[in-house]
Amino acid sequence: MLERLREPWTDRRAERVLGALACLVLLIIIFMIVFVALRAWPSFRENGLSWFSAKGNADVQMSRMVNSGANPTNADYQFGAWPLIFGTLLTTVFATVLGLVFSLLSAIFIVEFAPEGIRRLIVPVVRLLAAVPSVIYGLIGILVLTPFVGNHLISSGRKKSVEFVIQLSGTSLLVAVVILTIMITPIMIAITVDGLYAIPRAWKEGAVALGVNRWRAMWTVTVRAARPAIMAGAVLATARALGEAIMIAMVSGAKAFSPNPADGLTFIFEPMNTLAANIVQNSESINAPAMQATLYATALLLLVGGFALSLGSWIAKQPLKKYGTRA
Amino acid sequence: MATSTPPALPPLRPAGGAPPARKRRANESVSTWRWTDRIGYVLMWGAGLLVCAIGLSIVVYMMFRGLQYLRPSLIFSHPQAGLDQSKTGGFLDPLLGTILLTVLGITIAVPIAIGAATWIVEYGRPTWLARLVDSGIEIIAGTPDIVIALFGLVLFQQGIFGWMSFTAQGGAVFGRSFLTAGCMMSLIAMPMVFAATREGLQAIPGHVREASYALGKTKAATIRRVLLPSVKANISTGAALGMGRIAGDTAIVVVLLGATLTLDPEGGVPGLKVLKGTGGTLTSFVYNNSPAGEGNAPQKAYAAAFVLLLIVVALNFAVDLIARSGAKTGLETSRLGAK
Repeated sequence: MLERLREPWTDRRAERVLGALACLVLLIIIFMIVFVALRAWPSFRENGLSWFSAKGNADVQMSRMVNSGANPTNADYQFGAWPLIFGTLLTTVFATVLGLVFSLLSAIFIVEFAPEGIRRLIVPVVRLLAAVPSVIYGLIGILVLTPFVGNHLISSGRKKSVEFVIQLSGTSLLVAVVILTIMITPIMIAITVDGLYAIPRAWKEGAVALGVNRWRAMWTVTVRAARPAIMAGAVLATARALGEAIMIAMVSGAKAFSPNPADGLTFIFEPMNTLAANIVQNSESINAPAMQATLYATALLLLVGGFALSLGSWIAKQPLKKYGTRA
Repeated sequence: MATSTPPALPPLRPAGGAPPARKRRANESVSTWRWTDRIGYVLMWGAGLLVCAIGLSIVVYMMFRGLQYLRPSLIFSHPQAGLDQSKTGGFLDPLLGTILLTVLGITIAVPIAIGAATWIVEYGRPTWLARLVDSGIEIIAGTPDIVIALFGLVLFQQGIFGWMSFTAQGGAVFGRSFLTAGCMMSLIAMPMVFAATREGLQAIPGHVREASYALGKTKAATIRRVLLPSVKANISTGAALGMGRIAGDTAIVVVLLGATLTLDPEGGVPGLKVLKGTGGTLTSFVYNNSPAGEGNAPQKAYAAAFVLLLIVVALNFAVDLIARSGAKTGLETSRLGAK
């Protein structure tokens, strides 16, 4: 009995303390939703559903918010976030689709076909790419890729064709998508490789024994069986792409402009902005009440998007349990 | 899968109609494959080599630029505001800021993550709550860092957190300091420590726990004396990964730390005044000195980015080292068990 008293923690106490720590996590999430939503509310109240639409120039609206002072009027809250939402959708979808193809091929290469020497090189490279901070990607983008695109890929004729709408300087959708793809591909490769390794080797060997070649066996048996893992990886990478702020803030041109697909190929050279990058760029003027409400409203949208993707990855992982593998 | 649908299985005959030669392994030769398979094969090689090429070129380019512009004086001198690049000093303060913020963030993250992971694996009752916490941490991991930063700003501007940052005359709380940024950074690192710890605990076979109970240890004592020591390597791996994330994060620094050039202490208490003050890190230094920021000193941005890259690579290297020594720990665990 005396010994039990000398024990630092009784079981009950340990369970309560550890459980409280775990529940702290839930508390943080609830606080996050409540606080962000409360600060976002004025923006939604003044705009209604037209918050999501394209009304007026979002850049002009935001500079009016900054100048509106401590007591903004209804007119100061006017904001149409569509250019930012459209920019976010464009970068996220393009980067995810490109990354998916790219990462699937690389993962097959790593798992099945790469010679030992190349495999020993590519695995650390993928891990390194996943670890490089986004600000370094942004630095390379703005100092290397953007000047290259601006000076060599965009012809002066192309610049002239849209000069009354927007200036083309190289900070563009193209650079943002390319770097975003490089950033999210390593995550997808890692998860896809794990998924491919988790598929029993005998399944593929069975296919090979039936006479198909190694590529066909890999593609029709292993990749198909690993589809849930691939989907989970894609969803996780989408979440990363959705929330990427710093890199896009550096390379996208910081203009709330909707690239116009009707412009043909010029479309990919047009500057744009995303929800997350916009917050970073305007974080210094966050003390103006109207600006604050608007930025928190965009943050709430990102938060909801992140939740939806978490749910999506959970749903995508469900079939994995069939094989008894953990993702 | 929305990507290309895999082609249907070929009829049951050797691919490409090549005669089934016994001596030569027909399947190994790509030239006998169908052209769709060959295209896939070539694309796959291309993708693999492209990954290598991109990774290596980024590393080589950053190294080249870094070594070109990095001078020891840059690391050991304070930054100063100025128009002339030669007079704006180095990045001692941002470097110290990175170290301080990383240590602060991981110090807060590790206990919470270990506690949550231990509770989920060892107790986990009621089940619905455990599942909720589990998905909660996944949600935090999926939340964009900029959203976490804005959440931190509104949270720490509440009156009760006034002691953590600068408070203005009228009682308005500034909400930006090393303490507040560190707290939010811990949210970024926590999911990694949590996942690593949980994985380690789940890998410990049940009879290790039973043996400990049989020796008369309580559950709490088992956790402290048996389970946690044997997942030390996992915890360190997760912590190193988390530190890499913290050191590389910019959004929280820009919003919650003020991203100032120098460390600006606040208040009079030694030690606490730095924590209460604003500052900057290497990431915010790179951001501000890139053409996108105000400083526009690309050479310093390259030098600082190189140092940052070295820190992150070193942390990743540490993960490898721990994992290798962790293999030994894992063996000991299994020796405790059946082997």
